[in-house]
Amino acid sequence: MRIRLSHMAASALASLICLNSAWADEVQVAVAANFTAPIQAIAKDFEKDTGHKLVAAYGATGQFYAQIKNGAPFEVFLAADDSTPAKLEQEKEIVAGSRFTYAIGTLALWSAKPGYVDAKGNVLKKNEYKHLSIANPKAAPYGLAATQVLDKLKLTEATKAKIVEGQNITQAFQFVSTGNAELGFVALSQIYKDGKVSEGSAWIVPAELHDPIRQDAVILNKGKDNPAAKALVDYLKGPKAAAVIKSYGYEL
Amino acid sequence: MPLDASDLGAIWLTIKLASLTTAILLVLGTPIAWWLARTRSWLRGPIGAVVALPLVLPPTVIGFYLLLALGPHGWIGQATQALGLGSVVFSFSGLVIGSVVYSMPFVVQPLQNAFGAIGQRPLEVAATLRASPWDTFVNVVLPLARPGFITASILGFAHTVGEFGVVLMIGGNIPDKTRVVSVQIFDHVEAMEYSQAHWLAGAMLVFSFLVLLMLYAGRRGKPGWS
Repeated sequence: MRIRLSHMAASALASLICLNSAWADEVQVAVAANFTAPIQAIAKDFEKDTGHKLVAAYGATGQFYAQIKNGAPFEVFLAADDSTPAKLEQEKEIVAGSRFTYAIGTLALWSAKPGYVDAKGNVLKKNEYKHLSIANPKAAPYGLAATQVLDKLKLTEATKAKIVEGQNITQAFQFVSTGNAELGFVALSQIYKDGKVSEGSAWIVPAELHDPIRQDAVILNKGKDNPAAKALVDYLKGPKAAAVIKSYGYEL
Repeated sequence: MPLDASDLGAIWLTIKLASLTTAILLVLGTPIAWWLARTRSWLRGPIGAVVALPLVLPPTVIGFYLLLALGPHGWIGQATQALGLGSVVFSFSGLVIGSVVYSMPFVVQPLQNAFGAIGQRPLEVAATLRASPWDTFVNVVLPLARPGFITASILGFAHTVGEFGVVLMIGGNIPDKTRVVSVQIFDHVEAMEYSQAHWLAGAMLVFSFLVLLMLYAGRRGKPGWS
């Protein structure tokens, strides 16, 4: 009986230690919505290779900024732009020197209908569609890039009454994928798999039509002493993650 | 002026949406509430449950189904297109449809309680005086159920003003068409325009408090929603 009791105590202790180590090796990551699919692929490899656990939340970059300023428990932030992380750095919310560009985003004009979007995006100039979906340009960098493209093409006035806004790039995508908007500016990563557009039709917008969508990552103050946060950032800079990131249509 | 033109546009749009929704709900909700209050049919349970669903469903669920149903492949969307109305997603009419669904229980339930509280007796008395059913309804039921109508109107209006999730899902954030106050506040917060967010959010808080004050002060100790 005594043996059994001590055995139970030992196993209870062991499981406590396990629990504790699992807790210490978990990293809470705020991820820009456009990077949802790649981070899920990266997380699998990362967890297998390092033994750490990645817990991700997805949303618009502006929204994350507000949450981080108000004490959200994120340790690493993968933003959709470079200005928000820079702002956080100025405000001393991040580990000094941890800011780096993990991906450069590509914008795509997309329709769920095959053959609807031509290879040069001339469909934008035709007046055949009712709704053009974009992400909220005030909060989402891909939305801002979309408005820059329309400006460059001198289509801002012509499309004004047709624009519908999603709160983030995921919702902009959703409006198009449900067929409610015929066209939309989305992140190439949302429709790109293994080097090609996986459904519908798309025009990959040339990079010179908008400011580069530099996506920066930072370690936030909350992740300062977490080895898993450091490990994740190192992993993102490595070749294995780079291959995944490129396969979703990002530049590096 | 701390509120700019787009804020004022959002406020005006919200008032328009809430007024129209309340008016439609009073017309639609009165017969439903009357039926629910009086019927002995077995359908009373299921229909009552359907009417109450928006109370417990997350707005994202309602918004998601509306987005699919009103869209070009959905059954309502197909119907509106067949009628030549086009798609109503991303339009003011779409928001009205969404709000009617979303605020339905807030109008029907107070009315149902008010009708139920009248009881059989005044109707029987009216009938013995040879009042027609319509006459009875207009001259006996409506005056007796007046507090219920006031509560239903206030709650329907206020709940529509507070709507956010459904609008976010089917609105598309179009100025003066679908960008209501709650979405405008969310926008300001996301864009880090906190001072504008404060003004609008503060106005919403005061408005909501006044509405509830009106409701509770006018009620004088009567429990429930009737």
